[in-house]
Amino acid sequence: MKLKYLFIAAALVAISCNNSAKDSEVNSDSTTEQTTDNAISDMSIYNLPSHWTTQDGNEIELKDLKGKVLAMVMIYTSCQAACPRLVADMRNIEKQIPEDKKDDVQYVFVSIDPKTDTPERLTAFAKENQMEKDKWLFLRGTEADTREFAAVLAVNYKKISPMDFSHSNIISVFNQGGELAHQQEGLGVDNKETVQAIIDLAK
Amino acid sequence: MKYYSTALFLVFSIFCELYAQNNKMVLVEGGVYLPLYGAEGKTVKVAPFLMDALPVTNADYLKFVQENPKWKKSNVKSLFADKSYLAKWTDDTTFTGLKDAPVNNVSWFAAKNYCECQGKRLPTIDEWEYAAMADENVPDARKIKTYNQYILNWYETPKTFNKPVGSTFKNYWGIYDLHGLVWEWTQDFNAVLISGESRKDVDKDANLFCGSAAIGASDLMNYAAFMRFAFRGSMKARYSSQNLGFRCAKDIEN
Repeated sequence: MKLKYLFIAAALVAISCNNSAKDSEVNSDSTTEQTTDNAISDMSIYNLPSHWTTQDGNEIELKDLKGKVLAMVMIYTSCQAACPRLVADMRNIEKQIPEDKKDDVQYVFVSIDPKTDTPERLTAFAKENQMEKDKWLFLRGTEADTREFAAVLAVNYKKISPMDFSHSNIISVFNQGGELAHQQEGLGVDNKETVQAIIDLAK
Repeated sequence: MKYYSTALFLVFSIFCELYAQNNKMVLVEGGVYLPLYGAEGKTVKVAPFLMDALPVTNADYLKFVQENPKWKKSNVKSLFADKSYLAKWTDDTTFTGLKDAPVNNVSWFAAKNYCECQGKRLPTIDEWEYAAMADENVPDARKIKTYNQYILNWYETPKTFNKPVGSTFKNYWGIYDLHGLVWEWTQDFNAVLISGESRKDVDKDANLFCGSAAIGASDLMNYAAFMRFAFRGSMKARYSSQNLGFRCAKDIEN
């Protein structure tokens, strides 16, 4: 019995050592990157190490989006109530951005239901909504990374049945360095300020 | 060989002691319970899990920041912790208060990372609430008047975060201090869909939350739990508070 505990303890030590070694590796990686690359600020979402899969099945990190203005929203594709309106809101915002600035803006939909929203499903959703161009990006991550990303956006959500989630309806705008610049809360609200925030940031 | 194994044994015993002291986990048998918020009137199934018997202490946390310098007070990125992070530490490696008092003023990101570095995770709201229904004798004491009164009395007592861990009662599962010292972070604290804004939106936040009609207090008599949910709903992941600490949980390996 005692031996078993020893092994567990030894295993624990091994795990924690491993982890801290990995951590410091990641740490030194990101510092070198920051010194060689354009530095990102402390408040940038590009500090998040999470990995995501796009609707085309590509693996990306958030920092791959660096350099563009981002308009982000969290949805799930089987949603009947708020999400179609959020999608409409995003489309509506995109329409109001002047031609010469359109290329500098990326519209990102992050799924809060990664179990259901496979890349195939996201592709189908993009097609249904005629959002197949590159400027429309659909992302799916692990449940833990999704929860963390929601925490950064101050989006709350909860699964309320096998099919449905309750969630906050927030569209967030990030600048080219990944810092939160503006948030719009609620459905079908006046998006004038959001549009202006994007126009001000985009080149 | 014999010496080697003896030495190994000694090394392990030392680790064992260190870990046994602060990282002892206990089994919480699964079951169903009716949560305060969630799907209307539906019980939630909680799978068996392991939970730290004690909250993470100042000394534990000091060790963590020494091993993981990016979580030191002067290094932490503001995306992950606001200005009150480790507010009462006088510098990167000096806390104030008892070494075995629960660590407080830590953000959700920091707490989550601490647990991950131990091969653990934060407990979910359902796990935490399920474990915390227990008093000394029964797994669900929520209907016992003295139990609720005890919790509410604690809510009214100032500065309990200065007391050492293990100084409140040991519950049915063998867990200490779920009520009595500090409130605790949970993995999905942001699954609570009530907010400060709900006061200004007459129609129950219908605009802000999809499916909000399904949300309502299922057991308003449990005022103590209501307070916890309201607190969670008001927190953001980078916030920290002197009334808020954490402990870790873990899945049961098959």
